[in-house]
Amino acid sequence: MKRFFSGLARLRRGPWEMVASILIGVGVVMLMQPYLLWLYTYSFIVTLVGTVMFIIVSHFPEDD
Amino acid sequence: MANLAESAARATPPSVARRVRGLSDRAIAWIFVAPTIFLLLAVNIFPLIWTIRLSFTNFRANRNREVEWVGLRNYERILTDSDIWLTMQATAHFLIWTIVFQVLIGFTLAWLINKNFRGNDFLTTMIVLPMMLSPAVVGNFWTFLYQPQIGLFNYIVSFFTGVDPSSFEMIGSVNLAPWAIVIVDTWMWTPFVMLICLAGLRSIPEYIYEAAEIDRASKWRQFWTITIPMVLPFLMLAVLFRGIENFKMFDLVVLLTGGGPGSTTELTSINLKREAFEKWRTGYASAYAIILFVTVFGLASIYVKALNKVKER
Repeated sequence: MKRFFSGLARLRRGPWEMVASILIGVGVVMLMQPYLLWLYTYSFIVTLVGTVMFIIVSHFPEDD
Repeated sequence: MANLAESAARATPPSVARRVRGLSDRAIAWIFVAPTIFLLLAVNIFPLIWTIRLSFTNFRANRNREVEWVGLRNYERILTDSDIWLTMQATAHFLIWTIVFQVLIGFTLAWLINKNFRGNDFLTTMIVLPMMLSPAVVGNFWTFLYQPQIGLFNYIVSFFTGVDPSSFEMIGSVNLAPWAIVIVDTWMWTPFVMLICLAGLRSIPEYIYEAAEIDRASKWRQFWTITIPMVLPFLMLAVLFRGIENFKMFDLVVLLTGGGPGSTTELTSINLKREAFEKWRTGYASAYAIILFVTVFGLASIYVKALNKVKER
């Protein structure tokens, strides 16, 4: 866990890609879940942030 | 090879040869790549940018009126529309179940076909047949198979369960129609998953199993520690292909149910086509398309990352 947060602080690719992937996954689940309309409403912004973040952080340096 | 190069040099007109001789390797490379890049920009990138632009307007392709900039209004309407939310759920149902069935049945078939037995090749060809058919043909003949009075499907279900064949309707029932499209897609595309898994199974070297046999590993152990990990990248690739295809599924479902009964099988692509080419709300449909694009792009990105990790192991 400590390594993960240190990777985030040092702008390393692995942990940031993990955060972006989680955002995309959560966004897709929010888009397709049948329970709460407000989750559906905010799903696109979550997915978009995750996707854009994924494109940016995939250019970060790899962990040492 | 030298003769070929010489004859090509002789065939080049002197004026062209003089001009090319003055170019650097990098410039020549660009000349070769430029047509492809131009085609990509014209066919993929330009329409994408144009769609993004249209998604912020109230443009209607069938009306010649002034186009107004509406900002995020199209996105706001789509993301608060409970009918579109229902089509997303219908798509999720279709996507999840088709992938689950296709992976389970496809892998099992590949595993069985991988064993040497008489008629193996003939059976493989027979299993692969549905994949070769046109979705239009498949949609039409499954419509006949699902007919409650004359359809074979109802009689087969009746034979195994004892239920009266005319007592249920696969396409006309709100509860059964979503499963009807899942069954047809699974029937048609399981062979594709099977072929990819078969390629994975045939790529496993025999000596690994022999080494496991010497170490007295049971068949069950061999299956979980050799077969599954080595086929996993292939399986993930099949899931990626089928996931993207099924997210965009249109033709098969339109021919089978037309999105009905009601809107129980109206997948996002069908709904999108209605908004764009029946209601002619082009700006609204563009915003809808962008939402779907971002979703598929995001999912494909994390999936490709996971696939690369599995391959690295």
